[in-house]
Amino acid sequence: MSGNDSYIVIENVSKHFGPVIAVDQIDISIRAGEFFSLLGASGCGKTTLLRMLAGFEVPTSGEIYIDQMPVTAVPPHKRPTNMVFQNYAIFPHLNVRRNIAYGLRAAKLSKAERDHKVDEALELVKLPGLGARSATELSGGQRQRVALARALIKRPKVLLLDEPLGALDKKLREEMQLELRALQQSLGITFIFVTHDQEEAMTLSDRIAVMSQGRVLQMASPKEIYDHPNSVEVADFIGQMNFMDAIVTDRTGSSLVLDVAVLGQVTVANGAASLQPGAQAVVAIRPERLSLSSTKTARNGNCIEGAIQSVAYLGDRSHFYVSVNGREQPLAVVAQDTDLAGAPSLGSKSKVWVSWQDDALLLLPKD
Amino acid sequence: MSNVSYIQRPNRVLLIYALIYLAYLYIPVLFLPLFSFNDSLYVAFPLKGFTTRWYVEMLDNEPMQAALLNSLKVGVVASIVATLLGIFGAKAVSRYRIFAQKAVVSTIMLPLVIPGIILGVALLILLSRLGIGLSLVTVTLGHILICVPFSMATLMARFEGLEASFEEAAADLGDNAWWVFWRVTFPVVFPGILASLLLCFTISFDEFIMAFFLAGSDPTLPIFIYSQLRFPQKLPGVLALGACILMVSFVVVFVSQWLQGRGGLAAIDKDHRP
Repeated sequence: MSGNDSYIVIENVSKHFGPVIAVDQIDISIRAGEFFSLLGASGCGKTTLLRMLAGFEVPTSGEIYIDQMPVTAVPPHKRPTNMVFQNYAIFPHLNVRRNIAYGLRAAKLSKAERDHKVDEALELVKLPGLGARSATELSGGQRQRVALARALIKRPKVLLLDEPLGALDKKLREEMQLELRALQQSLGITFIFVTHDQEEAMTLSDRIAVMSQGRVLQMASPKEIYDHPNSVEVADFIGQMNFMDAIVTDRTGSSLVLDVAVLGQVTVANGAASLQPGAQAVVAIRPERLSLSSTKTARNGNCIEGAIQSVAYLGDRSHFYVSVNGREQPLAVVAQDTDLAGAPSLGSKSKVWVSWQDDALLLLPKD
Repeated sequence: MSNVSYIQRPNRVLLIYALIYLAYLYIPVLFLPLFSFNDSLYVAFPLKGFTTRWYVEMLDNEPMQAALLNSLKVGVVASIVATLLGIFGAKAVSRYRIFAQKAVVSTIMLPLVIPGIILGVALLILLSRLGIGLSLVTVTLGHILICVPFSMATLMARFEGLEASFEEAAADLGDNAWWVFWRVTFPVVFPGILASLLLCFTISFDEFIMAFFLAGSDPTLPIFIYSQLRFPQKLPGVLALGACILMVSFVVVFVSQWLQGRGGLAAIDKDHRP
């Protein structure tokens, strides 16, 4: 169903604030019932884009469609969207019940119907019995739940969330992530989620649009973005990554031979057609795709010697920083503790061998 | 070991200072009710005896009651108009990007530092040039002029505290601009509106200089009291009136503090109480 595939269409949308270009010719299509995240550092335009979906900002150019209706000229109070604000914007003069019931004014419900809906909403966000609480007596997590209940009570076509978990502590945030995901799946409402926290975006989303300087760098599933980032910027933003400069030395078909700093000669299948011998590129490898051992283990010769500079022990895994010849920054290596059972003595200054598989290497265009 | 914290430990010097401070503020004022019950024409010690006749006399003093009524009328109209202007002004400067915003605010605040006597004379000249006769209306206009900056200052503080996201959230939940104002903006800034009304009323009620220049044949209360001071036998009556005003002021301040303490106004939403 094509209408379903493009439930929300952002078509060539730009937003200028005077000389500042906050959003620059963005095209995004979002499916119905999708959990879609806009991910980027602060100032990348993600919040401006969300505010244009809510109707608080009008695009300088371009058009936004929600369920095939153009909404660019529709004011916020007539849009089928509701928003959870970054600071929650819980009305301070109303108690929890009246905050949640706020959006029901125009629905002209009887008192019993209204009560029922509010009870349902309280139940949904796991705050039953807290209705009489004043808005000023709520904890951060409770405020977040009230904001969620208030936005969901009208069953919007789209729920917009502006960094709603940013103010919560880590444990509560992780709990809320799971709840948000479960809620979205049970309600089937399209969620558009703005965050600067890549882990959060990865945990929650069906798809992520990674944004920078008002543009979308890459739009794909979390796994695709993690495994196949399309640029150094995306690879750097999502998770940790070791980057190495490389020069193409030979090309046969689509397979490339590169001369990579530190790693030496490397063969990569499926190199971009634009990369001809002599071209510069970047080779990247995730820390968890590197392995450590105290002795040289021949793995197709993909092995270099280094010395451990520092170790961060995180319980289930450890982060090693290994200095190697020909590289200023140490290589980051993440190892599960079970992998290191044979080499328990790896500590600072130890000599180690770092190895990798061919398929762990990513070839990225040089910026 | 003491079980009070460092900041809470008793300090005798500060206590004495606080007592002197309070005495300085309130002892002069307390002479009013004291002598208003004194059975003597002369405001002097020793006290002669208890009487309520000054209060009874006050009830029969029709010119005084007329002046009181004049002051109430002027005060009510001036405070309401000044507060309305203050609401629009404060909302504008705190919500919208305005050309030369700082200059605009400074211009609005300027009457605060212009001496009342200058404003009074200036208005008097202007009104006489325009051929407008002096009356309570002209006093009211003068009072609005001096009240607006106070109203603006009070309300701007409150509007700054009203996060833009509250109004956005209300719009997002289906309210048009009118409903947003009545259901969110107004109740949240209501304590500020109330404070502005009380402040402006108080300023107008005891304003003397402008009223002195701008009142025609209808004096406001301060003008009337001033005129009475020429007649020693009227002084105890003035004291009785002063004591009454003092009582009312205390009640008003108490009520406004209590309302401020409640933080906001939920009454608007009572029709939609779930």
